[in-house]
Amino acid sequence: MNRIWSHVLRIVTLAFIATAVLLPVVTAARAEEILTSAAASLTDALNDIGRSYRQKSKNTVRFNFGPSSGLARQIEEGAPADLFFSADLAQMDNLEKKNLLEPGTLKNLLTNQLVIIVPADSKLSVSSPKDLLKPDVKKIALAEPSAVPVGVYSSKYLADEGLWEQLKNKVVPVQDVRATLAAVESGNVEAGFVYKTDAAVSKKVKIIYAVPIEKGPKITYPVAVIKASKHKFAARDFISYLQSAAGKDAFKRYGFVVLE
Amino acid sequence: MIFSADTWQVTLFSIAVGLASTLLILPFGITLAWLFARKEWPLKSLFETIVLLPLVMPPVSTGLILLKIFGRRSPLGQWLYQMGFEIVFNWKGVLIAMAVMSFPLLVRSVRISFADVNPRLEQIAATLGASPLRIFFVITIPLAYKGIVAGALLAFSRALGEFGATILLAGNIPGRTQTLSLAIYNFVQLGKDADAYILLAITVALAFSFVWVSEWLLRTRKKA
Repeated sequence: MNRIWSHVLRIVTLAFIATAVLLPVVTAARAEEILTSAAASLTDALNDIGRSYRQKSKNTVRFNFGPSSGLARQIEEGAPADLFFSADLAQMDNLEKKNLLEPGTLKNLLTNQLVIIVPADSKLSVSSPKDLLKPDVKKIALAEPSAVPVGVYSSKYLADEGLWEQLKNKVVPVQDVRATLAAVESGNVEAGFVYKTDAAVSKKVKIIYAVPIEKGPKITYPVAVIKASKHKFAARDFISYLQSAAGKDAFKRYGFVVLE
Repeated sequence: MIFSADTWQVTLFSIAVGLASTLLILPFGITLAWLFARKEWPLKSLFETIVLLPLVMPPVSTGLILLKIFGRRSPLGQWLYQMGFEIVFNWKGVLIAMAVMSFPLLVRSVRISFADVNPRLEQIAATLGASPLRIFFVITIPLAYKGIVAGALLAFSRALGEFGATILLAGNIPGRTQTLSLAIYNFVQLGKDADAYILLAITVALAFSFVWVSEWLLRTRKKA
């Protein structure tokens, strides 16, 4: 009887030690790295959220920031993104039509506001979109108006206001909203269109006009898991985190409006 | 489907500004190449290195330096702006970017051609009473002209292919500063692959022909 007990005890002890040693190894091995392709305007907010998510879940999120149109194109060509966080619905729809999104994961998370900015030391008297017609506004920076969300929103708004035809010759197309911000900061253009959240992160520009939400384009930031992702579970978990109180607070801190 | 008006515009614009930039750097390049080939002076290697830099540095680095030099917030940029010269986001920016990036290629090629000219022939001309300027234009240049033309063609091809410095300094403005390389990049970004391929074919055809002629000229030089 004693012999059997001592065997059992030995086995149980071994099992206990094995679990104690292997558990951290096993859970660490399951810590995943998720690649999120996200609109450039989300840079600061998502970097913050990524850091706090890492503390909470042990998963790491890597970000690939850029113009949503360029990012969508990368995903179409097979880029290994797990998540796509776009600054407009058009780019997300683009991927949906090509059957590249994981069904049931699409969520519209945020909205934003369009603003006109000038260099902080600008002496020009520009205080409305019409003032952009003035001859001393020679160049207006805009993210590629035919594809990048902020460029599409801005050009559509200017067209609705009847100003696009006259202003389009002043437009300097740039890569994305942060490039627009940089162009205005440099002083090499007189004005530019960015989101309110981008203007907020720079001290070298000032907002001279905020497009009223009712008059401006409807801005929506959707997020979805990519069908080809090898980390769907972790990706879905990250989306839940974005919608949690911690995520929402981070977005609000940077001036985004969270869609409920 | 072949050549639209826009394709013509981009191609002609690129060739025109490329040509202008090559003509712009020719006098400076030839002079400097001759000095490098024939003269010695203290700190000569410093000059040689600086001239070579745009060839080996990433084009965007050179572009960034040019942007800081010619941007509106720099002393030079502000002065030029007041004089009515806009460089950034302007065709003049394309010209400067192309000129700076192709300059080292021109200097290197021309220098080798000058080095190949037998200095004895120049000395003989001097003993016969020719002034240095006369020697240069009557003896040196005719003997080195194939190498000079080859260098100019190479520089022109490099100017046509310029991207990194151009996009930073002059921007990618269709109809105003967009060159063939910038247009290809734009089309790829926008998913318009078919348009990109047309421009790709044009750039390959141009580059191929210019480089071929350049190499042929170098091959058929008479070595002194």
